Amino acid sequence: MSADKTAAGEANFVGAERLTTMLQSLGTPGFRPEAFQAGCVGPALLCPISPDDWAIAAETAAAQGCRWAAGWGDTQGERWVVNALLERSGDYLLLRTSFPPGRNELPSQAPHFPGAARPERHTQDLLGLHFTGHPDGRRWVRHQAWDERAFPLRPGAPLAGHPLPLTPPDRHYPFASAHGDEVNEIPVGPVHAGIIEPGHFRFLAVGETVLNLEERLGYVHKGIEKLAEGRDPESLARLAGRVSGDTAVGHAWAACQAMERAAGVEPPERALWLRTIFAERERIGNHLNDIGAICNDTAFAFGYYQFSRLRELWLRDNLRWFGHRLLMDRIVPGGVAADLSEAAAAAMPAAIAGLRYELGELKPILDEGSIFQDRVVGAGVLPDRVARELGCLGYVARACGIGHDVRERAPHAPYDRLAVKAVLRGDGDVAARLYVRYGELLASLEILEECLRRIVPGPLRAVWAPASENAEGLGLVEGWRGEIASYVRFDGTGHIARFFPRDPSVFNWPALEKLILGNIVPDFPLCNKSVNGSYSGHDL
Amino acid sequence: MNKILSKIARVGIVTETFKPLTDPELDRLGAELKAVLDRRFAGSLAIRQVDAGSCNACELEIAALGNPFYDVERYGIHFVASPRHADVLMVTGPVSRHMQAALLATWEATPEPKWLVAVGKCAADGGEFGVNYASCGAVSNVLKVDAVIPGCPPTPTDLVRGLLSLISRR
Repeated sequence: MSADKTAAGEANFVGAERLTTMLQSLGTPGFRPEAFQAGCVGPALLCPISPDDWAIAAETAAAQGCRWAAGWGDTQGERWVVNALLERSGDYLLLRTSFPPGRNELPSQAPHFPGAARPERHTQDLLGLHFTGHPDGRRWVRHQAWDERAFPLRPGAPLAGHPLPLTPPDRHYPFASAHGDEVNEIPVGPVHAGIIEPGHFRFLAVGETVLNLEERLGYVHKGIEKLAEGRDPESLARLAGRVSGDTAVGHAWAACQAMERAAGVEPPERALWLRTIFAERERIGNHLNDIGAICNDTAFAFGYYQFSRLRELWLRDNLRWFGHRLLMDRIVPGGVAADLSEAAAAAMPAAIAGLRYELGELKPILDEGSIFQDRVVGAGVLPDRVARELGCLGYVARACGIGHDVRERAPHAPYDRLAVKAVLRGDGDVAARLYVRYGELLASLEILEECLRRIVPGPLRAVWAPASENAEGLGLVEGWRGEIASYVRFDGTGHIARFFPRDPSVFNWPALEKLILGNIVPDFPLCNKSVNGSYSGHDL
Repeated sequence: MNKILSKIARVGIVTETFKPLTDPELDRLGAELKAVLDRRFAGSLAIRQVDAGSCNACELEIAALGNPFYDVERYGIHFVASPRHADVLMVTGPVSRHMQAALLATWEATPEPKWLVAVGKCAADGGEFGVNYASCGAVSNVLKVDAVIPGCPPTPTDLVRGLLSLISRR
């Protein structure tokens, strides 16, 4: 992390100089000069470009090594506004185009950024904007709950929609198929055999070997983007905390950060430290859960017992000290809704030390468990090239040696004052994803200790200042699954006009389709758990 | 192997005597639970969990019922992989319209006698999501509900207490 970035803080552009350099390198033929009237949305430099240049912008950005981080549509009066967030070396660039209502199409960026394929289909289903040249024209988040001519996110579309008394199942989705006597088609879901979220997987297998996996998600689409319209900041934070219930802290923080940047509200110092404590506690709780679950999926009951025990103790501390096991609704616009009591501050170091000690005991047991290692090493290998192409995030990317971590590369307060180093492995298999998480557990324990040392007394919440019309902000935080991006635009009454939360799962789900290839069907639960994509955070 | 055995020996069994059961009221419920389970379900209650659109928080807490602190299997309560094996469907979330048909098919596949428990605030009343173009809201808007366990999400303790009260009042 560069010193100038720290000094710049949140109010100014993060790494503005580097972004300028980046823009210069992006300024190749195909970009028009007026494209570089730079503004700023949150920490991202705004780059308005012509709709005709939308595809070539992506091509140029891809050639320059940018990552496609998010894409969403919006409307401004009658006009379309379409955004694509790019990232390179921790600098964010928001490509934006705008065009009049007569034109309902835009060139697709998916040919240059495969990770953009599903987000563009999502936009197409909800807003009715057609992406020309898209490699996959099928609908995605739309099953049968709304008509193919109805677009729930368009202005004037009623929140209630026009639902049928019974929404028919999505029977005729055109899955990829294969022909041949040896190929079996295995449909799984949407109701799964475990206590997990719903989605559909379509395997093509030869014997036990997976030839192809196609995911069909969208089953838990519950209208989050539409529901956000007209909410006040407080109730948006509550909704954001339920984008994905296992990431209540991450999504609420990202949404609040976006709203605060739009409204120019600075959370007090103490609140920032508390948010960090909540976020790291959330990361630890989820990593403990998933390591236990991975053990369980290999029938290593001992590992499941130990890690689920440690998780339970951790959640009980959350409840005792902060009032909620999953820390929901603890992050609110302008600050936090729970304090660190003296008793909690006194008790937490022992809990941290205790967990670190137990993790130290358990690591060699995992390392030396030959049956366990047999299952996780070499299973579900994701090639780093594929991870890069898809824009994978979090432990999925870091297990392939891709080091993006918002806390290190684009740190917001107070991470800009903490020495966070992304935990990396290179093998890209289940074991690598597991050991990245193990490393992150230890790193997060250190961050928690640092927070306890450095937290300052003071107020928990800043007075909220209503944002002006069309004030917009971008929130970027490192959730436990990886980078969360959250976009907010206000209307003229201080309420939400547009909310778009992008969970890291959007880019990690497609990776699962790739890393399972050539593995055996019975290893799918294990591979799936090592990725652990959020269905709810994906489907919205 | 020595490390595993030594760790097992040192950690021991952490399974808790479930605290609410020391409450005389819940002791009574526990005894009734056992009696009802023995009479109607041959001593065991099989639950199929169905996420019909939740944010996944309820799933985390339901899954925690299997951790060594709660270990609900010792009450004869176990989670099964198929509705065909279930006595109870435990449904979470507002029912997303995209899950409506799957939920109905799952209920249809569950043999009589069967109960439906709506778990969590969204399943109880629609929660943050309510009824909209993509959501049917409360589970009771789609199927008849026999019991509701509120909470956002309900804690594992709430879940055990809710199950006890469901079974004991039948």
